[in-house]
Amino acid sequence: MKFIAIFLSSIILSASLNAQVRVMGSVKDNRGRILAGASITLKGTYDGTTSDSVGRFSFKTFEKGAFVLVANNIGNKIVEMPITIAGDTVTVDFSLKEEINELKAVVITAGSYEASDKKKGTVLKALDIATTAGANADISATIQTLPGAQKVGEQEGLFIRGGGAEEAKIIIDGTVVNNFFYSSVPGISQRGRFSPFLFSGTAFSSGGYSAVYGQALSSILSLESIDIPDRSEVQIGLSPIFLSAGLQQVSKDKRKSYGFSYNWVNLTLYQKLVPQAPDFFRAPDFHTADANFRIKTKKNGMFKIYAYFNSGDLAVRTPSLDSNGLKNAFSLNNQNLFTNISYRQFLGRGWKINTVASISYNKDKIGSEIQNQQNQKAGRSNIPAIDNASFNINARQWMVQARVVLDKKFGALNTFRFGTELWNNSDSSTYSASFGVFPSKVNDFYQAIFSESDLYITNDLAFRPGVRMEHSGLLNKWNIAPRAALSYKLSKNSQLTADYGMFYQTPERRFLSNNANFDFLRADHYILTYQHISSNYTFRTQIFYKDYVSLLKTDRSITNAISNNGGGFAKGIEVFWRDRKTFKNFDYWISYSYLDTKRDYNNYPIMAQPTFAANHSGSIVLKKFWVKKMFGVNWSWNWSTGRPFYNPNKPGTEFLSDRTIGFSSNNFSLNWLPKIGKSNTVVVLGINNVFNELQIFGYNYSNRLRDNNNQLIRAEVNPPAPRNFFLGIFMSWGVDRTLQNINGNL
Amino acid sequence: MKKLFVVAFLFLSGILTAQSKFEGAMQNGLTQMSQAKSGEDMAATSAFFERVGDAEKDKWLPYYYAARTYVLSAWMTPKSDKDKAAEKAKELIAKAESIDKNNSEIFCLKQTVAVMQLTVDAMSRWQTYGAVAAEAIARAKAADPKNPRPYLLEGQYQINVPEAFGGGKTVAKKLLEKSISLYETFQPASPFHPNWGKEDAVKLLAACQ
Repeated sequence: MKFIAIFLSSIILSASLNAQVRVMGSVKDNRGRILAGASITLKGTYDGTTSDSVGRFSFKTFEKGAFVLVANNIGNKIVEMPITIAGDTVTVDFSLKEEINELKAVVITAGSYEASDKKKGTVLKALDIATTAGANADISATIQTLPGAQKVGEQEGLFIRGGGAEEAKIIIDGTVVNNFFYSSVPGISQRGRFSPFLFSGTAFSSGGYSAVYGQALSSILSLESIDIPDRSEVQIGLSPIFLSAGLQQVSKDKRKSYGFSYNWVNLTLYQKLVPQAPDFFRAPDFHTADANFRIKTKKNGMFKIYAYFNSGDLAVRTPSLDSNGLKNAFSLNNQNLFTNISYRQFLGRGWKINTVASISYNKDKIGSEIQNQQNQKAGRSNIPAIDNASFNINARQWMVQARVVLDKKFGALNTFRFGTELWNNSDSSTYSASFGVFPSKVNDFYQAIFSESDLYITNDLAFRPGVRMEHSGLLNKWNIAPRAALSYKLSKNSQLTADYGMFYQTPERRFLSNNANFDFLRADHYILTYQHISSNYTFRTQIFYKDYVSLLKTDRSITNAISNNGGGFAKGIEVFWRDRKTFKNFDYWISYSYLDTKRDYNNYPIMAQPTFAANHSGSIVLKKFWVKKMFGVNWSWNWSTGRPFYNPNKPGTEFLSDRTIGFSSNNFSLNWLPKIGKSNTVVVLGINNVFNELQIFGYNYSNRLRDNNNQLIRAEVNPPAPRNFFLGIFMSWGVDRTLQNINGNL
Repeated sequence: MKKLFVVAFLFLSGILTAQSKFEGAMQNGLTQMSQAKSGEDMAATSAFFERVGDAEKDKWLPYYYAARTYVLSAWMTPKSDKDKAAEKAKELIAKAESIDKNNSEIFCLKQTVAVMQLTVDAMSRWQTYGAVAAEAIARAKAADPKNPRPYLLEGQYQINVPEAFGGGKTVAKKLLEKSISLYETFQPASPFHPNWGKEDAVKLLAACQ
């Protein structure tokens, strides 16, 4: 009985002693904004609550005495407040400082277009590159549907904001790829060499890019190769155009992988089915082999090797405009090697090192010959315009590069990075024609040092100053290029970014074969970007001014007189809109660019709009996917107003004053993922220029033949065929562990 | 002797109240969870379980429920940022895992977080997050072959995976049947250990027929 009494009294005692105290107050951030849903905890106890929609909180506790009250909200720094619990109520008002973090912070690189699945707030996804109609899984063709990138039908390359193809550099894992595109014959553009599936991240900057890169007056397209693939796979690709096979092996612990693939492209069959305007007497025939090896090192480091080799041939015959009945036969043999070894490692204390080295080689053997109606080599005509069209070029290029970048993180997001870059370019070529043999050799040793900081003053304001110093051995000159970006967040999803930078480039080496006293080319960029990005909508508009301070100028009256006196400008406005939400499983983007540009460079007699620039251009890209049927349909429309072309019948004062007709191309593609055996299969069908729209990229003029009005005759530059078709089946057999698991457990 | 008894009794009652304090909190949390009507209610429940976890330090269950209710809260708030929610849920899971390293139920949670992130952009994320989810399920099964939940979660996932990718109703049906047969014999270690999902399995199986 006594025990029970004691037992009961002990319980009653403990209850009666513990009269509850109310703890209440409010939670705001350091700028006085209400924080709802913040967690309030009486440390060491279960007691606490979360703040309500007006930032108030209140809870009761039996505890007494000295405690610590903790307020915690995602995106803010935790605050611990010592309190004494006594009396009826305790009031605590919290002020939580904002934590600078990636999810909330302003984006410094807002001026560029990125395709990535890892990062937040990117405009494109990796898959977009493979599913854009008209692009046929060519990276640069997808980039051409974005604002600022001009589609130039007769020539490959990235023509950005009034800049020529040589003004854009393409970079793989930090090293420049000099021959990103397959070698082409005049008037017919080629696609990029590398499959989009090699890369997990693509960043396209149409100007104002980081000080980490240089030697591009206009733009940088940076591609980042994948680390360790998700699974082991055997792949096969079948098409009337190509055959490919590949193997990718991933170790069980997913820390190592290797793979190789072989790809053979031959257009003989295709060109029989789809007649081509020029006479391809050697249909394009390419052999490509590549291999990769990747190891994940300790502490999330990564070591990667990639090697690529390609050999290709093609030859094409077109009527000669300088004679009646003769033909111009052009043949090309290309060999290309690209290797890249990269290593990145976290060194602790916020340090990270990124090193990369690359060796690449390119050889073009070009033959141009005048042939008669029987396709035999024609004899000498003693007409220079005709005889000079027979020549051979052997061009070789070796490039060796190395780069080291060190990153130091401090604070939440602030980064300081610096590094150095060394290139050795050696170009040699032999030009042989009836009037002689002209060998040339140019070597340029280029070095650069650079540094850059990402400084987050608050989540809403970030500043990126940078500077780059470069030296070219060939020019024997230094340059200093300052760069800066300032970003300010206007609201949760919108921000403004201003970019400024000075950009230098060594002139193309073919102009520098005789050690002229010459300086770097230079362009200054001023860009203002406004963007609004939410998970389903993207709106971005940019206004830019590019000042070509120094461009190469050749004087036609004196041979080889080149100077830095060229210059020009480009200005414009661009708009991009993407919507993934409004219509279910339907995704579209629209881009528009207005460009006003003029330049006086090379052999231009006056300041003129260059041939590769249209004033207005745009794209509409549509994608619809039926998940249940695993079936997707894509459409794209690319258009631009006419581009200038050179008309030798006009006087020099009217240089490039003619315009081609506008360009328009509607493209369609279809992806189907049927289940065939145990494979993952993708069937792709693509038709470019569905409506057979007439496309004239420019005109070639005769050097000597005139029509009845005494005008030099001309021929249109058109695509080789009005419509382009693509059909391919890609099959892969993966060692998919999910399936193994299901089967093993049932 | 009597005194000893009294001391022993007082001591025992002390332990009993301490026990019941944790149990009471768990009971309270589970009641809150079952009565939550909105994402906010669920988030408040998660905050409650997190407080219990922080106070106890050596019990994985509060963190388990904190993570689970956090994920549920994200699902119940359609406009919420699923990636952000996933980061918080992963923090809670990491805390639970640091207490109990090879726990089938915690692996199950990892799968639900991966699936949540996958749905943000299924087209381009299924390869990465699908693999994370599959790995979590495989480890959940290995850690406790008698746990029905890995099979339920996998079945639930596979229903939505197109047949072309090795999913579909036939695959899901087998998994759900296996799950239900495991539910027949499954006994939770305590009234607070995870014991949910049987009704879901039955409903999903009906949807597969």
